[in-house]
Formats: sequence, C-alpha cells, structure tokens
Amino acid sequence: MYDVVVVGAGPAGSMAAKTAAEKGLEVLLIEKRQEIGTPVRCAEGISKTSIERFFEVDKRWIAAEVIGAKIYSPDMTEVVMSEEMAGNEVGYVLERKIFDRQIARLAAKAGAEVRVKTAFEKFERVGDKLKVQMRCIGEKIEVETKILIGADGVESKLGRMAGIIRTLKLDEIESCAQYLMSGLDIDPNYTYFYLGRDIAPGGYAWVFPKGENSANVGIGVLPKMAEKSAKEYLDRFIEKIGMKGKIVEFVAGAVPVYGEIETAVADHLMLAGDAAYHSDPITGGGIANALAAGYYAGLVAYEAVKNNDFSAEFLKRYDKLWKEDFGKKLRRNKKLQEKFLKMDDETLNKLAKSISGKNLKEMSVQAIVKELLKAHPRLLWDLKDLFI
Amino acid sequence: MKKRAVVDRKKCAYCGACVAVCNLDANELVETYLEIKENCTGCGACAKVCPLGALSIEEV
Ligand SMILES: Cc1cc2nc3c(=O)[nH]c(=O)nc-3n(C[C@H](O)[C@H](O)[C@H](O)COP(=O)(O)OP(=O)(O)OC[C@H]3O[C@@H](n4cnc5c(N)ncnc54)[C@H](O)[C@@H]3O)c2cc1C
Ligand code: SF4
Ligand code: SF4
Repeated sequence: MYDVVVVGAGPAGSMAAKTAAEKGLEVLLIEKRQEIGTPVRCAEGISKTSIERFFEVDKRWIAAEVIGAKIYSPDMTEVVMSEEMAGNEVGYVLERKIFDRQIARLAAKAGAEVRVKTAFEKFERVGDKLKVQMRCIGEKIEVETKILIGADGVESKLGRMAGIIRTLKLDEIESCAQYLMSGLDIDPNYTYFYLGRDIAPGGYAWVFPKGENSANVGIGVLPKMAEKSAKEYLDRFIEKIGMKGKIVEFVAGAVPVYGEIETAVADHLMLAGDAAYHSDPITGGGIANALAAGYYAGLVAYEAVKNNDFSAEFLKRYDKLWKEDFGKKLRRNKKLQEKFLKMDDETLNKLAKSISGKNLKEMSVQAIVKELLKAHPRLLWDLKDLFI
Repeated sequence: MKKRAVVDRKKCAYCGACVAVCNLDANELVETYLEIKENCTGCGACAKVCPLGALSIEEV
C-alpha cells in the first residue's frame, strides 16, 4: 500500500511527489504519456522569483531571460514594463521539455516510484483507504493508497469524478495555439503581449523569446467569444503584425481561467495545479501556482499520514495554504478578467494611451492596474479596493 | 436523428482541451488518441474549444 498516489507528472504532480517522498512517504507518481514533458502545452514564461523559491535554477531549463514586457493595444500603442538596470532579468522562458522531466527525476531521486504510460482510470473508497485503478501499458492494475493527489491538468477527470470541481464552461477556459518560430527579428530582452477583441477575442496573443532569434508565438481565445479556431486567429495575427520566420514546432492546448475554487479537497483527495483551476484568470500563467500547490499538497499529505487522518476536514489545511499563497490573486484577477472581457478595442486603446510612455518599473498585472486606476478612476472604480 | 461529435484525426493535436469542457465525460484523451464515447449527445461544447477546429458535430 502507498501513502500517496499522484496522478499527472506536470509541475504540480512532480512537485507533490517530490515533496511527499522527501518527507519519507511511500509515493507513486503516474503519467499517462510515455514521455514526461512532451508534447509541450505551454508558452513557458515564468517570473524568476516563482521558480527560485523552490529550486536552484539549472541553466539547462532556461531558454531565455527577459528584463520586461511590452504590451500593445489594438492600435499598437505600446506600454513598457521593465527593470531599469541591466542584469535585472525578472523572467525566464523555460525549456519545459527539460524542466518537467527534471522535476519528475527529482521526485524519483527522493524515493518516489514513477510510472509512465500509466493512466488513472478510477478510484473507490474501501474502508480507510482508496483502491485506484489504472492502465499501465495496456494492462489494468490496481493499487491501494491512503491519499490520492489529482494533478492531471486541465483535463482533470479525477477532480470531476470526485465531485470537487465542475466542468469548465466556454467562458472559463482559453483555447490556445502556438508556434515555435525561428529566424525572427525581435529584441530578445522582452516578452510581448497583444490585446484586442479583433486579434484575440477574450484573450491575447504573445511572443516569448527563446534565444537564437526564436520565440513562442501564440494566442489564447475565449471559446464563448471566438468565431474561429485559435489556430486561425494565430495565423491571422502573424500575418497582421507582419512577423516573418519559420515555424518549427506547433503547440495546442487549453488553460482554465476560472478563478478560485471553494475547496480542492475531499476525503483522501487533493487537487493541485490546472486540475484545481489554479492558473491565473488574466494571464493564463499556471506553472508558478502549480509548483506551489504541488508543494503544499505534498506537505499536507505528510501531515495527514503522520496523524493518520485523511478526512476532508483535515486536508483543508491544504486549502488554507494554497489560498493564503495565491487565492486572493486568483479572485482579484478573475474580477479584472470579467472587466477586461467587457472592454472593446477602443477602450483598450484609450487605456493604453493614458499610461503609454510611463515606464512601469514592476512587471506585474497589479502594477498596470494601479497605474490605470490613477488615469481612469471611474472606469475601473470597482477594482479599486482589490488592487490598491 | 442523433447527433455526435466526430474528430478529424489528421487535424487533432491531442491537446485535451475538448475533454475539459465535456459535461458528460463522453470523451477521453488516451495519450495521443481522442476517443468519443457512445453517450455523446453532440452538444458541441468540445467543437467550440478545439484550438484546431478538428471536431465537428454530425448526424448519425
Ligand atoms: C498554449 C499555452 C501556453 C501557456 N503558457 C504559459 C506560460 O507562459 N506560463 C505559465 O506559467 N503557464 C502557461 N500555461 C499554463 C501552464 O502550461 C499550466 O498551467 C501548467 O502546465 C499546469 O501544470 P499542471 O502540473 O497542473 O498540469 P500539466 O502540466 O497539464 O500536467 C498534467 C499531466 O497529467 C497527465 N494526465 C492527465 N490525465 C491523466 C490520467 N488520467 N492519468 C495519468 N496522467 C494524466 C497529463 O498527461 C499531463 O502530463 C500555458 C498553457 C497553454 C495551453
Ligand atoms: S481539442 Fe481538438 S486538438 Fe485538442 S484533443 Fe480535442 S479534438 Fe484534438
Ligand atoms: S459534443 Fe458534447 S457530449 Fe459530445 S463529446 Fe463534445 S462536449 Fe461531450
């Protein structure tokens, strides 16, 4: 019998498995793909602090470092956020093929058993433990565990099966398409964001440099507002801004933009990362929260085993931890997203103009909203208490 | 006439977006193979979220 079975070897799952194994628990980490980390479903941007709080960064994970971001409104008004000084890189663009694998390896090194091409199918509560059924390279196997952690990403069957989350509606998910392009003529020190209903209804387009004149060029659209597929919007965006380069990789995916869920636990169960809709409703970024949630889930698994208490009541300690860390930000950015979805292209142009030319020193959503609030207190008055 | 989602396998990039929005658990991403099950009602949610337009709703 295992102490913990973790489903999904993305950042959330591997982090949970690593943490629990380091605490001495018997851990099984399963991943349905045959290779961890591929295909990539990510633009790979993350702030330095979010990753350095957990790891000593390995150069091999990093494709590029950036000092700031440039945001464009529909009429191409530019808003720049950057650190003044060189050497103050604030963000990384990761190489997730390497990063995801490395975190899983760290889990294995800490003592976790890892099984790939192994898919979770269902679970059953039997006495004070769970029976977990999975399919391992075509064969059905069953294991017993005290705790099951669902880190199975945006698809999360586990979360829905357990009744912890409900299915995402078409305005709670971003549909994404991305190319890795090479031979681009861009300043590699910045990440670039393009807003507007016409370009990306309910989302945005991005360019994240990956070194050697290459970049992740992608788009996310809200299915409820979109009239075409994400890929069609992406092709149109690239043509519109006249980006010239060669496409060397294609990525498709989706990211929850739900906001904060009430609870991520049930008896014997915890959800972490995209499976718990932990990704940010305004940026769609989810790696940082997935790592933090995985870490907390691993810690609470250890406490539960130590206390021999697997009730939802006990596991709520996990809710408390992740909510204290980033719950408020999810709530706040959900409100901002709701506001953003109502803005037409003219409003976005007006907002961008009012803060264009002001060099924003901090690279965060909060910094922009604060600046916008100064310029347009009435337009954004209902966000005031959340952001200041 | 019963409706069902049909996947164009040549377009599908097995990303799992469609699985996230199916209310009936009627689809599953079996690693790189999208399976659509009998209980699909053809509601169309998955077709709207697919980044590639690989899903269509057809009468069967
Ligand atoms: C196009 C795109 C761009 C993005 N860009 C960024 C970005 O720049 N920065 C950022 O921070 N975030 C970004 N995100 C979001 C980010 O990728 C996710 O938030 C992050 O990967 C979540 O990590 P996770 O561990 O929760 O889930 P995932 O990384 O999705 O891992 C879940 C794992 O579970 C496995 N799994 C699923 N079901 C089962 C099962 N039944 N049995 C076994 N295994 C299973 C899956 O195969 C997968 O490996 C982007 C997302 C997309 C789609
Ligand atoms: S959303 Fe489209 S591309 Fe993704 S798995 Fe479903 S059918 Fe395939
Ligand atoms: S059409 Fe509706 S029921 Fe059928 S697979 Fe798609 S979302 Fe599920």
